[in-house]
Amino acid sequence: MKLELQGITKVFGTFVANDAIDLVVEPGEIHSLLGENGAGKSTLMNVLYGLYRPDGGEILLDDRPAHFSGPGDAMRAGIGMVHQHFMLVPPFTVAENVMLGHEPTSKGLLDLATARRTVREISERFGFDLEPDAVVEDLPVGAQQRVEIVKALSRRAEVLVLDEPTAVLTPQETDELMGIMRQLRDEGTSIVFITHKLREVKAVADRITVIRRGKVVGTADPTADQTDLASLMVGRAVSLDLDKAPATPGEVALEVRGLSVRDAAGTPVLDRVDLDVHEGEVLGVAGVQGNGQTELTEALLGLQSEARGSIRLRGQELVGRNTRQILDAGVGFVPEDRTHDALIADFTVAENLILDQHHRPPFGSGLSLHPAAIRERATAEVAEFDVRTGSIEDHVSTLSGGNQQKVVMARALGRELSLFIASQPTRGVDVGSIEFLHRRIIAERDKGTPVVIVSTELDEVIQLSDRIAVMYRGAILGIVPATEDRDVLGLMMAGYTVEAAREAVAAGRGRTADSTLAHEGEPA
Amino acid sequence: MSARHEGEGQHVAPGTVTETGTDAADTPADTAPAAETAPTASSTAGGGSAPEASGPSVLQRIARGNLLVIVLAFVFAFLVGSILILVSDQAFREAAGYFFARPADTFTAAWQAITEAYAAMFRGAVYDYSGAARVAEDIRERGGSGLYVLGPAFLRGIEPLLETLTVATPLIIASVGIAISFRSGLFNIGGTGQLLAGATAAGYVGFAVSLPPVIHLIAALLAAIVAGGIWGGIAGLLKARFGASEVISTIMLNWIAVYGLAFALTTAAFTGANQAQPTSPAVAGTARLPLLAGDDFRLHAGLVLALAAIVFLWWLMNRSTVGFRFRAVGSNPRAAEVAGIDVGRSAVGVMVVAGALVGLAGATHVLGTEHRLTGDVAGSIGFDAITVALLGRSGPVGILLAGLLFAGLSTGGRYMETSEGVPIDLVQVIQALVVLFIAAPPLVRYLVGLRRIDRPRRPRPSRRAAAYAAEKAETSKGAAA
Repeated sequence: MKLELQGITKVFGTFVANDAIDLVVEPGEIHSLLGENGAGKSTLMNVLYGLYRPDGGEILLDDRPAHFSGPGDAMRAGIGMVHQHFMLVPPFTVAENVMLGHEPTSKGLLDLATARRTVREISERFGFDLEPDAVVEDLPVGAQQRVEIVKALSRRAEVLVLDEPTAVLTPQETDELMGIMRQLRDEGTSIVFITHKLREVKAVADRITVIRRGKVVGTADPTADQTDLASLMVGRAVSLDLDKAPATPGEVALEVRGLSVRDAAGTPVLDRVDLDVHEGEVLGVAGVQGNGQTELTEALLGLQSEARGSIRLRGQELVGRNTRQILDAGVGFVPEDRTHDALIADFTVAENLILDQHHRPPFGSGLSLHPAAIRERATAEVAEFDVRTGSIEDHVSTLSGGNQQKVVMARALGRELSLFIASQPTRGVDVGSIEFLHRRIIAERDKGTPVVIVSTELDEVIQLSDRIAVMYRGAILGIVPATEDRDVLGLMMAGYTVEAAREAVAAGRGRTADSTLAHEGEPA
Repeated sequence: MSARHEGEGQHVAPGTVTETGTDAADTPADTAPAAETAPTASSTAGGGSAPEASGPSVLQRIARGNLLVIVLAFVFAFLVGSILILVSDQAFREAAGYFFARPADTFTAAWQAITEAYAAMFRGAVYDYSGAARVAEDIRERGGSGLYVLGPAFLRGIEPLLETLTVATPLIIASVGIAISFRSGLFNIGGTGQLLAGATAAGYVGFAVSLPPVIHLIAALLAAIVAGGIWGGIAGLLKARFGASEVISTIMLNWIAVYGLAFALTTAAFTGANQAQPTSPAVAGTARLPLLAGDDFRLHAGLVLALAAIVFLWWLMNRSTVGFRFRAVGSNPRAAEVAGIDVGRSAVGVMVVAGALVGLAGATHVLGTEHRLTGDVAGSIGFDAITVALLGRSGPVGILLAGLLFAGLSTGGRYMETSEGVPIDLVQVIQALVVLFIAAPPLVRYLVGLRRIDRPRRPRPSRRAAAYAAEKAETSKGAAA
C-alpha cells in the first residue's frame, strides 16, 4: 500500500510539533524517518495512527484520502504500529496477546485455536520462531518485539510503523530485526522505520527523510554520509567522534570484590563481580539491558540492601553504608531512568538541582533551606550546562528529555567528586546534547576522577571508555580494552567469553551488518 | 544526496537575536540572547510527545486542584443544595401543588425559600444584620444614641463571625496537619484518631494535674502534641517498617482512639467522682486557653495558634530541609531514595508532624471550647479537616480560607435550621458535594462545557501552515486547470 502524508500540521498550544510535513512511502519500501528526540517523529506517527487529529493536511492511502478518529480506524485501514514500549500483556500467552482486541470467537467463546494457528502461520512465514503458547513475560525482548510485529501482521497491516525498534535490542538482535524488515518489504509491506541511529538507517533504509523541529529538512539516500545526515538532523555541523586524549590512569580508586546481590526469589542478579577503576579512567560497562548493570550501580550507591562482598572507594568500605553516606563520600550518580529515578517532576529545576545536596551548606543548614544560594547555584548550572528552560522556577517536567538529562548531569557533576557513575548518560538525548554530555564526562575523567559508564548502547560505551567490562547474567564476562573489535563485544553481550568471541570473529562468524557499516562509515 | 536546508525553520522571535545569520541561533554555544529566545522552542518541545517526567499522583492532583474547579464545585454544590431547600420547604411544596393554575406562585415561593435560607446562613455565619438592628432599636427605645447604639449593635452583629472563627480554629490546625501528609504523598485519614489522642492528653493534663497558670496550659498543649505525634507516628512506622497502607492503618487507629476514649470515660481516672456520666471533670481554669473577645464570646487564643500553624505550614513546606524531603518523597519516592533521602524515616516524620498538629487541634478544642472530654468531643472535625485540606489545595492560604468557609457553613447551617427550619443535614450534603465535585474535575468541566480547560486549546494552524495550505490549493487548482 502506498502511504502519503500531505502537509500534515499538528499544533500544541503555540508549539508547532508538525509543520506541513510531506512524506511518501511507496509500497514495499523501508522508509526511514530520522530525527532527534522532540523533532516531531512520534507526533507524526501518532497522527498517522489516529491518536491525534491533524490540524491541517491529509493522509492518503493508495491515493485515497483517509480519516482516522482512532487507532481502530487506522488498523482497519491497514496501518500497524510497533511502539517503542511494547503494548503487550505480560502474563498472557503469545496467541492471547496477538488476538487481544479482535478476539476470534466461536459460539461466544474465545477461539484460541484460530489465534494459535494465525501466530504459527505468520511465525513460520517469516521464520520468527514464536511458540503461540509461550507466556510473553518469559520471552526475551527481541521475541516480544516479534510478537508485536505478528500482532500487526495478523491484522493485515500493509504499512508497518516501527517506532525506535532497536533501542532495546542487542546488535545481533538488531540484525535479525533488519532481516525481518527486509523480508517484510520483499513481501510488499511498506515500513516506516523511526530512529535516531544513523547506522541502522544506512543499513536498512531505502529512503531517508530527515525531520527537524517539526519540519522536513531533507531527504537522502542510504548512501549519504553519516556526518552529513547528523548535521542535517541537528541543524548544524556536528562531529560524531569524541576527541579525547588517551587516559592517564592513576592509582586504583574503586575496588569491587566479590560483589553479589540476590533478588527476592533468591536468584543471583549480581554474581561475584570484581572490578577495579583507576583514577582518571573511564570504565565502560556494556551489556544487554537486564544483565545486572542496574543492580551493579545500585549496589555501588548503597541502594541494594542485600549486597554482599566489598566495595572500596579510596580504601573506604562502602558496603553497609547508606546512600546518604555514599553520596557524601563524593560519589556522583546519574541513574539510568531519569524520570523514575532522578527527577521529581513537580519540583522546579532549581530544586531538582540540589536534590541530593539540599541539607548541606550553602543550600541548607539545620532545618532551613537557603533559597538565595539555591537560586544562585541553579542559575550557574543552567548556564553552564545550557539547560533550555524558561526559568529555574519552572517545573522540571516542562523540559524536554535532553534538557532534563542535563539537569541530572549538572546535579551529579556540580561538586568535587571521588567517583562518577553514570548509567545510560545520554538515553533519549538528542545528538547535539550527546556531544556536550560526552565532553563533560571526559572532562571529569581528565580531572582525575574515576568514571564508571553503564550503557546498553555499545557505540556510547566504545566512544567513552578506556576499558570495557561486559556483563552477562549478573557476572562480568571479561574486561577488554576499548579498542576491542565491535563484533567481539557484540558476541560477549550475547554470552560468549572473550576467547570464544575472538575466535568466532576470526573465523568470520558473528559479523554483523551493523559493524561492517561501522567500519566503513567511521573516519579512522 | 538531495538535502535542502530551510533557513526560516528556526523559531526565533524577531529583533531579539543580535547575531546575523539564522544558523547561529541554533548552536548551543550561543550566548544569552539566543538562550532566552530558544526556550520557547525547546522547552515546549516535550509538548509534542507525552511529557517526559510523569505528572503528579492522583492524590496530589486532588490535593492541589484547579482553583476554578473549586469555585465551580461550590456553585454546583449550592445549586443542588437549593433543590434540597425547596424539597424541605413547606410553602414551596404547597405552591407547587397548584403549579399549573398559578405557576408564578411556585417560582416566588422557590425564590423566597432559597434566598431566605441562604440569607439565614449568612446571618448565622458572618454578620447578623437583623440581630444588630434589633439591638440598636432596643437601645434607641431606651434613649441611647451614637456610640452607645453602634457599639453593642456591632458586637451583636459580629457574634456569628466570632463563633465562626471559634469553630474554624481546630479545623484549620487539623487541616494543616492533614495537608502536610497530603503534600508528602501520604493519605492520612486519621484526623479523628490523632485529634482524640491530642484532646484526651490535653484534657487529662488539664483536669488531673494542677500547675501554675501559664505552665499548666503549655504542659497541656505539649501533651497533646506528643500524643497526636505518637498516634500519627504509629501509622508512619507501620508504613515505613512493614509497608502497611497508611490509609488503612490511620482509619483503624481512628476506631482505636474513639473506643479507647469511650472506655477511658468509664474509668475513675477519667470521670473523677461522677462515675455515672461518661464525661470527664472540667479542665482547670489554669489550663484553659484565654478568651480573646471577652466573656460573652467563645473566641479563644487557639485562633493565634491556628494562624501560627498556617505560617508553620508555609515555612515547613517551602523553607525547610525537612519539608523539602517530605515533598520529594511524596512526589517521587524512588528519586528521593536515589538522592540519599531515607524514605522510611521521612514517612514516619511526616506522620509524626501531621499527627502532632492534629493533636494540637484537639487540644485547642478541649482547652478552648469544650473544657471537658466526652465520647464525641472530636465531632466531625477530623474528617472535615480532610475536606478542608483538599479544598484549600493543601496550601496555607487555601486552608485558611477553606477552614473559615467550612466553619461558616456549619455555624450558618445551625442558624438556618433554627430560623428557617431547613435541616442542618443540608450543610453536610453541600460539604460532601463540594468534595465530590472537586474529586472529579472533568465532571465539573463537563457541566459547564469547559471541556478543554487544561488540555491544549484546539489551536489555530501556524501562519506558515496556512500559507502552505493556500499554496497547495493554488497549485492543485492550477493543475486542474
